[in-house]
Amino acid sequence: MTQSTTSRRRVLKAAGATLGAAAFARAVSPVIDFASEISAGEFFQKHYKELSPEEMAVVLRRLEDETQERYGAEVTIRDIRPRENTQFGYALNLSICIGCRRCAEACHVENNHDRATHQSYIRVLELRQGSIDMEHGDATYEHAVPRAGHFYMPVQCQQCDNPPCVHVCPVEATWKEDDGIVVVDYNWCIGCRYCEAACPYHARRFNWHAPEIPAEEINPDQAYLSNRVRPQGVMEKCTFCLHRTREGRMPACLEACPTGARVFGNLLDPSSEIRWVLANKRVFVLKEELGTRPRFFYFFDE
Amino acid sequence: MPPSEPVATSAAVPLRQPLHLISCASVLLVLSACGEDHGASFRDELGLAADEDGLRAPPSRIHAPPELESLATGQLGPDGEPLRAACVTCHSIPGLAPELELRAEDVGPPHEGIDFQHGPNGCAHCHDPEDRLSLRLADGRSIPMTDAIELCAQCHGPQYRDFRRGSHGGMRGSWDAERGVRERNHCVDCHDAHRPAYPHFTPMPPPADRFAPAGHE
Repeated sequence: MTQSTTSRRRVLKAAGATLGAAAFARAVSPVIDFASEISAGEFFQKHYKELSPEEMAVVLRRLEDETQERYGAEVTIRDIRPRENTQFGYALNLSICIGCRRCAEACHVENNHDRATHQSYIRVLELRQGSIDMEHGDATYEHAVPRAGHFYMPVQCQQCDNPPCVHVCPVEATWKEDDGIVVVDYNWCIGCRYCEAACPYHARRFNWHAPEIPAEEINPDQAYLSNRVRPQGVMEKCTFCLHRTREGRMPACLEACPTGARVFGNLLDPSSEIRWVLANKRVFVLKEELGTRPRFFYFFDE
Repeated sequence: MPPSEPVATSAAVPLRQPLHLISCASVLLVLSACGEDHGASFRDELGLAADEDGLRAPPSRIHAPPELESLATGQLGPDGEPLRAACVTCHSIPGLAPELELRAEDVGPPHEGIDFQHGPNGCAHCHDPEDRLSLRLADGRSIPMTDAIELCAQCHGPQYRDFRRGSHGGMRGSWDAERGVRERNHCVDCHDAHRPAYPHFTPMPPPADRFAPAGHE
């Protein structure tokens, strides 16, 4: 056998190293794709609670630019803080709700939801009279309403005082604010969907893909913690329209309700409508036995 | 609820001291003056007088529906808007429509075809036989058509109480009295006075996500 500079061992080493390098490159390719779509500003952004007002201003401008670039819509995103001496409560009159879904539609428009899936934070359940068991509710009815022998129960985030979603979040991307609203920092959320599993009211929504909305239909009056257009892969939920309610306005679902079944207000104000309802009507909460202590109440007139 | 005339308490209070009598009389005077106020308050706000529990309704503005003052003609005016004829245009003519009909089907033009289904009532239950521009309360008092809420309230007390307290009829505007008013609906905005039962609706489309469950029946 002639002497050769390459041995079997060297060939195998070289082949192994090449395959190894190729396998490594293939393995990390999703990270490369991810990193190429993300800006440095977004990658290094701190948690909402850690941002100084100046840093928040930079973040808001960046988000407005990104919305302009991706959707072609000029929007204003604000950071609206809770007011003092305010604790929000919401009540819904089951004797009056007819299940028309105007509330869900208003939410769909106000909060910049994906058009194709007709997404909304509110699901209106049609239930047979005699039981309020949510698990037997039908959210897909399409007949004229109200249907005899049935009643209608719109369900949205209950803004619980003891929220299971907040307890299970591994990264603290969701928390309860001082005025009672449970919020999500969409830029901090990692999309693990633990909160969606934990919520007993099916109130949480996940963005399987980025919302697709025509530019002219985008609601330009936005807030960081509520209705700005969310990216793919993050959780979201009803925020009691905090971009409206923290400015003193009614939530979009309440204004859209044609029968006046919804009552909203400040629980700390003794002359508010919500306080009167809680004191004078037959009021209950959903799944009370779970101890979530919702801020959303249901009541009957009789 | 309109405050009822207060029962004369001075008879029950021992009249040993003239001061008692004077203070009771002055309270009665003030309360009876308030009782007259209600006719004018409906169009402006709900909060003029406090309810029995001492709470005032938050500042509100009640919509004034055009149906209470004018009739749709079905035509468009020169500005392209639907043309309406004011009730007073015809009903200021002396002798026009002298007798109030007993049944809705007997009403002649331009009011023919009234779809009437309001319990056992007839026209005269609500309309003033002497004046087509007025409504008549149960105690015989005549009120302008625009004060119709007071008429609805005298039979539909629970709904009116809920309306004052914000749990009937919906609202728009501000929940915070410091930053705005509530915009309230008039009864007639939602309920056709001749056929007040709330109509059926076609619901908006359901969610189209893949987890939409089929309900059990």
